[in-house]
Amino acid sequence: MADRTPAPDTPELRERWGSFEWTKANKAKADYHIAKYPEGRQKSAVMPLLDLAQRQVGEETDTQGWLPLPVIEYVAKYIGVPVIRVLEVATFYFMYNMKPVGKYHVQVCGTTPCMLRGSDDIISACKARGMKKGEVSEDGFWTLTEVECMGNCATAPMVQINDDNYEDLTVERLDAVLDALVKGEQPKAGTQEPGRHTSEPSGGPSTLKEMVDANHDYRGEW
Amino acid sequence: MLADKDRIFTNVYGFQDWGLNAAQARGDWDNTKALIERGQDAIIEEIKTSGLRGRGGAGFPTGLKWSFMPKESKDGRPSFLVINADESEPGSCKDREIIRHDPHKLIEGALVAGFAMRARAAYIYIRGEYIREAETLQKAIDEAYDAGLIGKDASGSGYDFDVFMHRGAGAYICGEETAMIESLEGKKGQPRLKPPFPAGAGLYGCPTTVNNVESIAVVPTILRRGGDWFASFGREGNHGTKLFQISGHVDKPCVVEEEMSIPFRELIEKHCGGIRGGWDNLLAVIPGGSSVPLVPAEQIMDAPMDFDGLKELGSGLGTAAVIVMDKSTDIVRAISRISYFYKHESCGQCTPCREGTGWMWRMMERLRTGDAAIEEIDMLQEVTKQVEGHTICALGDAAAWPIQGLIRHFRPELEKRIHDHNAQFAEAAE
Repeated sequence: MADRTPAPDTPELRERWGSFEWTKANKAKADYHIAKYPEGRQKSAVMPLLDLAQRQVGEETDTQGWLPLPVIEYVAKYIGVPVIRVLEVATFYFMYNMKPVGKYHVQVCGTTPCMLRGSDDIISACKARGMKKGEVSEDGFWTLTEVECMGNCATAPMVQINDDNYEDLTVERLDAVLDALVKGEQPKAGTQEPGRHTSEPSGGPSTLKEMVDANHDYRGEW
Repeated sequence: MLADKDRIFTNVYGFQDWGLNAAQARGDWDNTKALIERGQDAIIEEIKTSGLRGRGGAGFPTGLKWSFMPKESKDGRPSFLVINADESEPGSCKDREIIRHDPHKLIEGALVAGFAMRARAAYIYIRGEYIREAETLQKAIDEAYDAGLIGKDASGSGYDFDVFMHRGAGAYICGEETAMIESLEGKKGQPRLKPPFPAGAGLYGCPTTVNNVESIAVVPTILRRGGDWFASFGREGNHGTKLFQISGHVDKPCVVEEEMSIPFRELIEKHCGGIRGGWDNLLAVIPGGSSVPLVPAEQIMDAPMDFDGLKELGSGLGTAAVIVMDKSTDIVRAISRISYFYKHESCGQCTPCREGTGWMWRMMERLRTGDAAIEEIDMLQEVTKQVEGHTICALGDAAAWPIQGLIRHFRPELEKRIHDHNAQFAEAAE
């Protein structure tokens, strides 16, 4: 089990987040999520709403965002369930940050398929740049987390930074991505291997070669 | 080798657009109304004929699973289809390719499968980490609504069917069907006791079937080409085409659709450029995702990659996530890292799993350095047996099997590490 507890409930935290409410755009999104579930089942929307709240906190703090207790209480009130029902969800799922994170949340996959392809080097390279696991770096830029399998095993090793994946990493390719982020650029997401498109064998696909250049319809050959 | 014309996921690498127009040009949503007009029973029969077994790991016959759903609602409860896109098994990366490159196959499959089991809506539960993939899927769903393919009078069939997407938030356990249902209801993803089975009381207490993304996405093509076509691939009881995901120590890791029962050697040679350092350098393979026991090199080399073939080797096909390890691998660490994964992902509900996964990981870490006694290998084996089969869901089993596989095939390596460690300390004492 992952050990996760909410950040301490302090007067400062209340002061900062006590008046949290949806922005106009996010209120529309929240209501869109709630409408996906049957009448009387609004509670089902707790997960998308927590994600939305975390993103709004992120926008306000220029980070990936996190979930202070008053924000969790706001979400509970919004869907009309006891706070503990939302808090237990927030602490159960790993993607909800229970304490502040940096502008970029560097999530390196360390599970066996990535480990076999060199994720140790990726984690070391992150640490060499001053990142520490579970902490915000001094410049406020980075938080490093070693995460479990992210489902990019055929393009391992990989890192997810906020909403984008960077795959087929080497230390040099990782550095190039991180340097670009420091400069305020948006590096190309996906595989970092030159010439590789997605998860085909590198050097070109062994199958479905007609699909590379044209939207081939194979039905004529059935 | 499977011919390109017989591959279902023709845009699996995303060289072409995933959008509706391009998907239709490839053959998706081609007169879906006619598929629906065949009627529920005919669709289920065709899927049974095809021999399709669930692609999420357990390999349960899909047509049979659908037939467990009630034919009429006696008490007014609707039925639901839940599509399991919570792909989190280490090694698995196939559903991601379907969702981001061929999402319309999944949505069309949801409609046809949902109709066959008389469901009123499908909820696609996609893992939270698939952020961009979820964006693509939602756009594809919106496109399908706008084109009238789903929603009221879906595809002009007269059948009303909704498709909703629900994002997870980073919990492996939600891939277990009842944990997924709990999560959809807005709770912690802790598995439910069965019975009642979801087909009787699942999502919101209503009849529910949970199917893997790949199982659903292949359905329209099977119906168009016929169950016999699908059944013409693979050995008896293991029919069809399958997305294999090869990771680890091969020259070219990749995702590729192949015929079931393809020999391991052929799969690697044809698509992955061979084993890194040659076949003599192969140590072991985890053939079906982290939950299944590893298979040593000499046993896997010419084995057929299917449910029964790998079962005979004491392992399993699982999700066909093939993790290849060459002789440079620290095999004890590789398995210990998997033990850490299960410790991290245990939901904490059942004591044998909550306590056992942590205990097994700590023991594995000691075995990794050899800081243990020989008897402790047997003790570890016994503990895995105490966890296995004593929990509500299969996560306890999944945590136990990789360790059992390691002890079965690499006990001499474990003993060697202990002897080396002891010798080192004996030297230091002198």
